[in-house]
Amino acid sequence: MSEKPEKLIDKKGIRLDGRKTDELRPLKLEVGVLGNADGSAYIEHGKNKIIVGVFGPREMHPKHLSQNDRMVLRCRYHMAPFSVQERKSPAPSRREVELSKVIREALEPSVFVDLYPRAGIDVFVEVLQADGGTRCAAITAASLAIADAGIPLRDLVVGCAAGKIDDTVVLDLYDAEDKLGAADVPVAIMPNLNAVTLLQMDGILTPAEFETAVSMAVEGCKKIYAIQKEALRTKYMTVKEEAEE
Amino acid sequence: MPTYFEKKQLVTPGELLAEGDYVAGENSYMEGNKIYAQRIGLADAENKKVNVVALRAFYVPKTGDIVIGTVIEVGFNGWTVDIKAPYTALLRASDVLSRPFKPQNDELSQVLNAGDLIVAKIASYDRAHDPQLTVGEPGLGKITRGQIMRVTPTKIPRVIGKKGSMISTIKQETGCQIILGVNGVVLVTGKNVEDEELAMMAIQKIEAESHTSGLTDRITQLLKEEKSKREEKKNE
Repeated sequence: MSEKPEKLIDKKGIRLDGRKTDELRPLKLEVGVLGNADGSAYIEHGKNKIIVGVFGPREMHPKHLSQNDRMVLRCRYHMAPFSVQERKSPAPSRREVELSKVIREALEPSVFVDLYPRAGIDVFVEVLQADGGTRCAAITAASLAIADAGIPLRDLVVGCAAGKIDDTVVLDLYDAEDKLGAADVPVAIMPNLNAVTLLQMDGILTPAEFETAVSMAVEGCKKIYAIQKEALRTKYMTVKEEAEE
Repeated sequence: MPTYFEKKQLVTPGELLAEGDYVAGENSYMEGNKIYAQRIGLADAENKKVNVVALRAFYVPKTGDIVIGTVIEVGFNGWTVDIKAPYTALLRASDVLSRPFKPQNDELSQVLNAGDLIVAKIASYDRAHDPQLTVGEPGLGKITRGQIMRVTPTKIPRVIGKKGSMISTIKQETGCQIILGVNGVVLVTGKNVEDEELAMMAIQKIEAESHTSGLTDRITQLLKEEKSKREEKKNE
């Protein structure tokens, strides 16, 4: 991405990567990809590639961080040095620390933290390749990994972003659109409970545009949710079919 | 007052299971008057109670459970034991020695050292305190021989089978002694390694296919086939 293209979206409403305004990037989800973790998931959202490992509930270390009335959820979001065009220093950056917090807070409402006091869950999000919208993809995968670890959940959390490029509100921005566009609105929801767990906005939108962006992102979330549920089911379905042959 | 699932349907966390006049049972919860699933599993309704038989879960200590754990630390007056639960368990020295324990006379690491495996019973546990173990009953204590394997704790009932049918089949066919820790750790002790491996293979198959029907028959068949295969090899 050397120079800014004249237009991010053409007259027919087709974007730079050939998508329509309300079209998601291709999505692939897989559950149980890590043998050593208690739960794990892998997501490919467009060019994003993210792997998530979950450990716990287990004894908190260091012990003073444990809470007497609830379970502690810890989250680490990390981008691999090779995940972006220019080498990213492997040390946690300001942005990564913030995203770790944001992801944790998006996931926390879905977990029954009061069931296992004094224990802790660790969620490790490793971004192998980044192409915009990693926080949403990470939330989707992390929730799946937590479910795979057998931790009781209110609902799966699913994330998706919407934003504004040129003068149009569009769904699921990728890297170039995110950097050159006017605004980005990441949203995470628990679809069955109709609850929002993450809502951020970066850029400038009119109230009307903001509303369109949010409802667009929620629609996107619901589409991803179907794929997310299917990914969790598939793991057990395949075993069932094999056995019943 | 409808339910939204078929018997033994695979459900995911957050899936709406029932509405209205129902009670949330295992692995499900109530919000308003709706019942949702908490874990991935198979939904089932019993009278007015909606249960989900979890396919993935971890062990939560319960008083009276027999568990298999690893000693991870030798302390001043007891041991810390990893029982594959959210909490580590404590085993007190006085319980093992069955006489008053004096730190001057007894060297605890000679009784049980870090890395030793024990079969123990949960003596007490509640939300505020870590579980306490006891080995003061026949059949409990340090494990000296056999092989250890892990299964998902929710699948232990499946390994036992209806009225112990599954486990007794495996015991009979392989001639192994099997101790099932409720925490998902299984101890298999046989006359030789081959017998143990056969039993472990059967248990692994049960774990992988626990949510399918007609499993006992398939396991019996598998064990018989494997046994005859091994006989043939011996005869050659």
